[in-house]
Amino acid sequence: MNLPVIIKFVIDLLAVLLLALGIKGLSKVKSARDANRLAAFAMSLSVVGLLSYYLGTSGIPIQSWIWIIIGSIVGSLFGAILAKKVPMTSMPETVALFNGCGGMSSLLVALGVAIFPISNSLENLDFFKSLINEVSISVSIFVGAITFTGSIVAMAKLQGWLSTPGWTQSKVRHFVNIVFGVASLIAFFDLINGNSSSIWLLVIVSSLLGIGVTLPIGGADMPVVISLLNSYSGIAAAAAGFVVDSQLLIVAGAMVGAAGLILTQVMCKGMNRSLVSVLFGGSLSAQNKASSGSGEYTNITSCSVEECALTLEAANKVIIVPGYGLAVAQAQHTLREVTKKLEQNGIEVVYAIHPVAGRMPGHMNVLLAEADVPYEQLKEMDVVNPDFPATDVVLVLGANDVVNPQAKNDSSSPLYGMPVLDVQEARTVFVIKRGMSAGYSGIKNDLFDLPNTSMVFGDAKKVLNDLIGELKDLGVGEK
Amino acid sequence: MSFISLLWVLLLGSLLGLELIGKVPPTLHTPLMSGANAISGITMLAALTLIVKAGENLPLLIIGSVSLGFALFNVVGGFFVTDRMLAMFSRKPSNKK
Repeated sequence: MNLPVIIKFVIDLLAVLLLALGIKGLSKVKSARDANRLAAFAMSLSVVGLLSYYLGTSGIPIQSWIWIIIGSIVGSLFGAILAKKVPMTSMPETVALFNGCGGMSSLLVALGVAIFPISNSLENLDFFKSLINEVSISVSIFVGAITFTGSIVAMAKLQGWLSTPGWTQSKVRHFVNIVFGVASLIAFFDLINGNSSSIWLLVIVSSLLGIGVTLPIGGADMPVVISLLNSYSGIAAAAAGFVVDSQLLIVAGAMVGAAGLILTQVMCKGMNRSLVSVLFGGSLSAQNKASSGSGEYTNITSCSVEECALTLEAANKVIIVPGYGLAVAQAQHTLREVTKKLEQNGIEVVYAIHPVAGRMPGHMNVLLAEADVPYEQLKEMDVVNPDFPATDVVLVLGANDVVNPQAKNDSSSPLYGMPVLDVQEARTVFVIKRGMSAGYSGIKNDLFDLPNTSMVFGDAKKVLNDLIGELKDLGVGEK
Repeated sequence: MSFISLLWVLLLGSLLGLELIGKVPPTLHTPLMSGANAISGITMLAALTLIVKAGENLPLLIIGSVSLGFALFNVVGGFFVTDRMLAMFSRKPSNKK
């Protein structure tokens, strides 16, 4: 071994170690930020390692430098600008977009190697090696294309640019996707057999497959899909690692792939959905509207913002249950104003965070942290559930299924078994909601019928603003 | 590297990934997803390799460059956005009594 090889070996080893420590550290609140920087450092280190290796061996021609610089500047610039500008509420679609581009990158590498075999690599390989090469190119293209189109569709759906077409909720979609799947298998084997033109067929049908699989999935399930696609982009990277013969790429890709799968599993558990039903079940609301979703409400109490303010003023302990609706209304800052007033009045305020509150697990924590809510006030479901009986007022803001007592009481309910927040145990529950429409599951919420529940109808942001006014009139928070 | 040892690398890397994310508080799911996502942009190394080995082949240089751009978009954007999210958690509560 000569020096450049040894240097690269050491740097690669160090980079893998730092990346692993980075992922590990990202799973603890205290170390997360440093861990993220550590991972970023490890990535830059790996680039230095690779470039120094080529400088020390074959050298890097000037035209390569030019294209490296162009690609790096353009990519990094757009990435940095988007990352700085994007609002926190659109985090899920941003992650989807970044992820799709990672998939695209793997796809392009494999495509490039396939169309223009790099001199002295493909031609003089023995049969076994060239087979491996073909297989890893195909896998890289297949997974890369699915990741790209799937992520773009996911992003477009979350942004509201794409709706769910009717036909995707019928059985037709399974047939269509099976056709795409079989076609990509045919292209795959044709490619391995040496028919290099079928590479385009593979690109096209796997792209279509990515669209076909993602399009039928409802908005609320989308985070699970994004997490799964994130795992795929790791697999695509690992496959690209086989294509260019890089252990570092394989390790890092495999780590992300495996970690992404675990995260996907955790998310599914939190929503009481299996991965299979997310992927093949179609939009949940569409199913339930037809079956069990049509129960009538019999005992709805609605009340004014004023009554709500009066009750809040008299309370000792208040729990806020924020949900998807709060994120949509972007009312987290207004909410913080309300709770500040209550706290100044000596009222204990806690936020109950369901594992899947918001649009992505942990998304609600990010949004509330953005609104300056102290981290210690955010309580996880298991911690906060025993507190509800001793709570005077619960404010439910844009959450629905996660506070449905059916999940505990009604074994025939599709929600049965899903972990929920026991808000009905509290003395008074206020549900701030735009209307009586069902949550994303399309299931009637028994909570709304309970005698201690009052509905405050209106847009979350507007209601909270009115609430601030009412509290001011009552002199709350001015002591 | 022989194919078999690359397979070993794949296997051990996957096991490492499975082990690393044992217990994650839900708070960190979003940042973790976004951080892991940034790491998957490691394909930038493959793109770099492609460009360096492309020689005088202009189409290949362009493909490599575009691929590198996509990967770096993923990496740079991913790490920045993760840092932005995590910065909010570490911010000291400004108005604590």
